[in-house]
Amino acid sequence: MNAFQGRVTAALADPTLKTAIDRTTNTARSKRAAAIAAWPEFAQARELGRDMKDHVIANMEYYLTMFEANAVKTGAKIHWARTGQEACEIVVGICKAAKAKSVTRSKSMLGEEIGLPHALEAAGIERVETDLAEHIIQLAGETPSHIIWPALHKTREQVGELFRAHHTDPGELATVEEMVSSARRNLREKFMAADVGISGANFLIADTGAICTVTNEGNAELTTTPPRVHIVTAGIEKLVPSMVEAMTMLRLLVRSATGAELTQYTTFHAGPKQPGDVDGPEEFHIVLVDAGRTTMLAEGLAEMLRCLRCGACMNHCVVYRQIGGHAYGATYPGPMGSVITPSLDGLETSQDLPRACTLNGQCHEVCPVAIPLPTLIRGWRTKAWVQGYEPLHTAWALRIWEFFALRPVLYQLASNLALRIMPLFAKGGWISKMPLAGGWTRYRDMPIPQGGSFLAQYKKRQAAK
Amino acid sequence: MKNNPPRVALFATCLVDAMRPQIGFAALALLEQVNCLVEVPMGQTCCGQPALNSGDQDGTRKIAKHNIKLLAGFDHVVVPSGSCAATIKKDYPDLFETDPVWHAKAVDLANRTYELLSYMSDIWGWRPKNVSCATTATYHDSCSGLRSLNVQAQPRAMLASVAGLEMRPLEGANVCCGFGGTFCVKYPDISNAIVAEKAAAINATGADLLLGGDLGCLMNMAGKLHRDGSKIRAFHAAEILAGMGDGPAIGETA
Repeated sequence: MNAFQGRVTAALADPTLKTAIDRTTNTARSKRAAAIAAWPEFAQARELGRDMKDHVIANMEYYLTMFEANAVKTGAKIHWARTGQEACEIVVGICKAAKAKSVTRSKSMLGEEIGLPHALEAAGIERVETDLAEHIIQLAGETPSHIIWPALHKTREQVGELFRAHHTDPGELATVEEMVSSARRNLREKFMAADVGISGANFLIADTGAICTVTNEGNAELTTTPPRVHIVTAGIEKLVPSMVEAMTMLRLLVRSATGAELTQYTTFHAGPKQPGDVDGPEEFHIVLVDAGRTTMLAEGLAEMLRCLRCGACMNHCVVYRQIGGHAYGATYPGPMGSVITPSLDGLETSQDLPRACTLNGQCHEVCPVAIPLPTLIRGWRTKAWVQGYEPLHTAWALRIWEFFALRPVLYQLASNLALRIMPLFAKGGWISKMPLAGGWTRYRDMPIPQGGSFLAQYKKRQAAK
Repeated sequence: MKNNPPRVALFATCLVDAMRPQIGFAALALLEQVNCLVEVPMGQTCCGQPALNSGDQDGTRKIAKHNIKLLAGFDHVVVPSGSCAATIKKDYPDLFETDPVWHAKAVDLANRTYELLSYMSDIWGWRPKNVSCATTATYHDSCSGLRSLNVQAQPRAMLASVAGLEMRPLEGANVCCGFGGTFCVKYPDISNAIVAEKAAAINATGADLLLGGDLGCLMNMAGKLHRDGSKIRAFHAAEILAGMGDGPAIGETA
């Protein structure tokens, strides 16, 4: 059993995990469906979002240059990072220059992708996760299992136990409200004491040089405003030309992610504190990260760079909903992860991800920017086949089957022979165990064939006419 | 369309050919009701989907060329499966993107290819007459037919004209059953978890029959229902529409 299948086995054996996944994804799907139904222009906006993203991706250099020039005008300092490691070194370098002892971080999947939490800890800097779910998984010493709800794999009962063990004066923790209050009390001091705040960006707005964050907890604002230094880490694909496009993308993103029309907090950050401002950071750094984006572009995965990180594809994925996010063994789970991970981590080690997909297409259907996820997933299977990664037994089974499929007379002979053998394994009309069919019959019965093949029966019928 | 009535090839699919010929005969019966001149090309085997979905594009192209040649000259090609029809209709042209000669042939075949249930309803406006099946049934939308070919309203509209048949809505009818072709044997544990949920939803309808338009998915769901001791019986919708609902269901012996 390989590592992926080991994680799958463990996940499927955990009924609490399934409860946790169902609670969140079921709500997410029904809320999204209601939000989309109440938005008659969704299909139009989806096309617009798709085209806008494709336009920016095709003109990346133009918009990045524009963003840089305008961000510099706001007083921001721009840094460029080719790799995740470079990005981490830049962030740690800024923290050290600011003599930072403690940093607050508002949730950013890019940060997870480039290993920023680990890099900060390795540099001896206290890291405080301020998103409630990130706070939960920091306490548990885990990684996110979903890109919108990092602690989706935990039930509220498990969160209660965690807070009881780690919080000062946790109180009763009998209700979700009490849990949130306890987290708020425990986090509030850390917010005010932090030297540096690190956020991601949902959008980089090229014509103003501003960045946009969306949260439901207000933690991004508390992360970016009180500390002396604000560092933004953002993937270069987060660009939009102007506020006009940002508005369309916001509508698509939030409805697809949570089913709300807008997040509780939508904030545009442009540059450091200006003369006359009552608050804000003295330094404002934006680290623009490639970390494999341009490679994806070169690998024929340009469509994947449209991704808004809304999580709708995983909420609607029948595989994700059974195995959860950790089973994927990568930063990004679900359908979008199965496309991104082979590019980021290499196909050989992640070849199971594109294979463990039924290609049912619901992810594409709900994607707010119409990424053809099943096509991209199948593209990885093609690469895996060409590189010889397909397990030998299935590769040979396919080759033998192809040999017959191209030789109809032999095919019918072999098929009718097999159809005569199969009933020998049957009880009643069904086969519950048969050589070479273990993958099927372990969990399901197989109906016995009805007799000779359709073509054989048809030929007989025609001859009798 | 060169001929009136049209010359139609029935492409039965490898699963129907081997496992359930009655679906092929149901398709013939339906096509004859709209006066098509139906032929069953004897050189047919499979559409190539297992190779395509395993990433073997070269192998798929060989099978696609075989089928393109086999099915040349027919006015229409009708397939009693959404996923096999979608492979011919959507994937064959993509496979020959860099080969203009075969691409043109693939597009030509794609334009002539139809999934059976949508063909009967969309092209012919056909509804069953004097077909009765006094029972309750629920319908599962197979994913390829639903999302690639827009097969959803047609089977329901035709089934509504079957006398005595009461249709019950299936919660999550548009959610994958976990079959996924080779997926179900490559990742049997995940597939089982998915089909277990599907089986629970089917059982919850309280219907006597499970209907669908793709034998692969039907075998997956019927096989799970049977393993778990459910009494629900499964048919391809074409069998009910052709008046074969009183015969053996999937897995039943005559």
